[in-house]
Amino acid sequence: MTDTTGTTGTAGTADTADSTARPGRRNRPRVRPPYRRRPRRGAPHRPPRRRAVADGSRRESLLGHALLVLASLVALYPFVQILLVALHEPGARATGLSIPSSVHLDNFATAWRRGLFSEALTNSLLVAAAVVALTLLICVPAGYAFACFRFPLRGPLLALLMTGLVLPYEATVIPLSYQMREWGLLDTYWALILPQVGLSFALGTFWMRNFFAAVPRSLREAAELDGATRLQTLRKVLLPLSVPALTTLAALLFLYAWNEFLLALVLVPDNPGLRTAPLALSFFTGDRRTSDPGVTSAAAVLVALPVLAVYVLLQRRFISGMLSGAVRE
Amino acid sequence: MTASRARLRAWARRQYWPAYLYLLPGAVVYVLFVLRPLLMTAWISLFDWDGLTLGTWVGPDNYTALLTDPRLREALLHSLVFLFFYALVPVAAGLVLTALMVRVRIRGLGVFRALLFVPQVLSTVVVAVSWRWIYDPDGPLNGLLRAVGLDALARSWLGDNATALPAVGLIGSWVMCGLCLVLFLAGALRIPRELFEAARLDGAGPVREFRTVIVPALRGETGLALVLTVTQALRNFDIVWNTTAGGPGHSTTVPSVFLYQDAFVSREVGDAAAIGIALTLLTLTVCGLITRVLREREG
Repeated sequence: MTDTTGTTGTAGTADTADSTARPGRRNRPRVRPPYRRRPRRGAPHRPPRRRAVADGSRRESLLGHALLVLASLVALYPFVQILLVALHEPGARATGLSIPSSVHLDNFATAWRRGLFSEALTNSLLVAAAVVALTLLICVPAGYAFACFRFPLRGPLLALLMTGLVLPYEATVIPLSYQMREWGLLDTYWALILPQVGLSFALGTFWMRNFFAAVPRSLREAAELDGATRLQTLRKVLLPLSVPALTTLAALLFLYAWNEFLLALVLVPDNPGLRTAPLALSFFTGDRRTSDPGVTSAAAVLVALPVLAVYVLLQRRFISGMLSGAVRE
Repeated sequence: MTASRARLRAWARRQYWPAYLYLLPGAVVYVLFVLRPLLMTAWISLFDWDGLTLGTWVGPDNYTALLTDPRLREALLHSLVFLFFYALVPVAAGLVLTALMVRVRIRGLGVFRALLFVPQVLSTVVVAVSWRWIYDPDGPLNGLLRAVGLDALARSWLGDNATALPAVGLIGSWVMCGLCLVLFLAGALRIPRELFEAARLDGAGPVREFRTVIVPALRGETGLALVLTVTQALRNFDIVWNTTAGGPGHSTTVPSVFLYQDAFVSREVGDAAAIGIALTLLTLTVCGLITRVLREREG
């Protein structure tokens, strides 16, 4: 888990009280949601007079766009490629550059039947939803406390949480698997959910803390003058304001939870019915008996589609969230 | 005496003690599923343990064994190669591409950004599966080579000792390039246009403009990109496991693959734990160095 910017995109401010607790935050790069900065035609900060120089020559413009198109094609190519292979008629020897002459969905049907993907997709959905819900539930109050209250050991505790952001969690999986076995949770949904909630806690708390810290103090004080308790201030004043920040966080957490591989590999070792979608795909493609490229590709497309669908809906949130350093690897 | 006690009391009154209640649920989860396992890994790494019977205390022996184990040294070497492919290539390519289009007002930047980000969104297993097909003996890469008459070059790219490592590395470059480019383009939008005008008036060519304007302006973004890509390169379990699983032979092994195999296949749990701790320390050190170097340049 890595947070490299310190301050996240939704919120830029942070009180100085914390800077001692977070070593190196001064030089952390600050990245803001880029889409807000996108210059618009005729925007006041970009007078048309200067555009001739600012935009470069026509040749440069063509070159720039050509490069972007090329880069985008490269970024999309592998997925488009497996989609094409998957759409071939079953058993067709798809080779390199062949494009299916007609669209067949039989490979998808085969993959669905053989690879336990209906279970796997349900498992992934369930786990990802639970991880998102539980993480939000514990991160909102924690972020609120770190942003708005003064309490002993606040700095050291925040620093401790920081380690969670930069920790390669390979270092935790070994004891986790023994711990889960001991607690009788191995091969259950909880084995998939709880460790991921723990790993997401640091990211979510920083995210919410930065958001709450950016809300004007006067707003909270006004609520308190009106006699609201601190919990009411959170519920009635801050939470309604934080819907966009919560959506972005939820989208990112969903993505990470859906794509998680190593934890699932280690924590549901003996129960194929509990495999998440990426894990099921990994086992499916590792199985020599199903080495038909059409079926394999169809399985991969099945696993990718839900995430791509969410991505299409919320792509701006994903990008701004990830660019502001909220990356959990 | 009384004065200090009064001060203490005043301090205690300023604190909001119920704040701990807000932290409690998260703290429980974090301690149980992150901090405790981490400490236990460190503890296990001091034992010779098969995961079932009682372990024997060996102190730092697992770590000295790490340093002398030739297969781990080989794996570390592969990690260095992956650093090149996962971190240096994407960052350099991202910087150069950004420089080429920095003065252009890009139409449809949002669309490009969304497309370039797709590799970051796909599950690593899906990425591995699609690239395995690209590198397949019957796959598109060989198809392309045969189509242009280079049949002699066609091969099983992931099954060949000579090509497996760079082939896996290129997957990493592909995953990370989009991220770097999007990061740098966002940063480039913030470079004041006057800087380019000034550089041009001073007669700076494209290379000098790159060195004196673009690279310094994107220092923050470069640091972020390096930290993200370097951690991925050093860990790199998912993609390696799902493309080659370290093979053929030992040609693409990385420490995290050994960690998994030692811990869950061959049951040399102490060794695996030592690898985990060493990997953690290595990642933290490298990331710390990157931030420090960038800070010194700035100051």
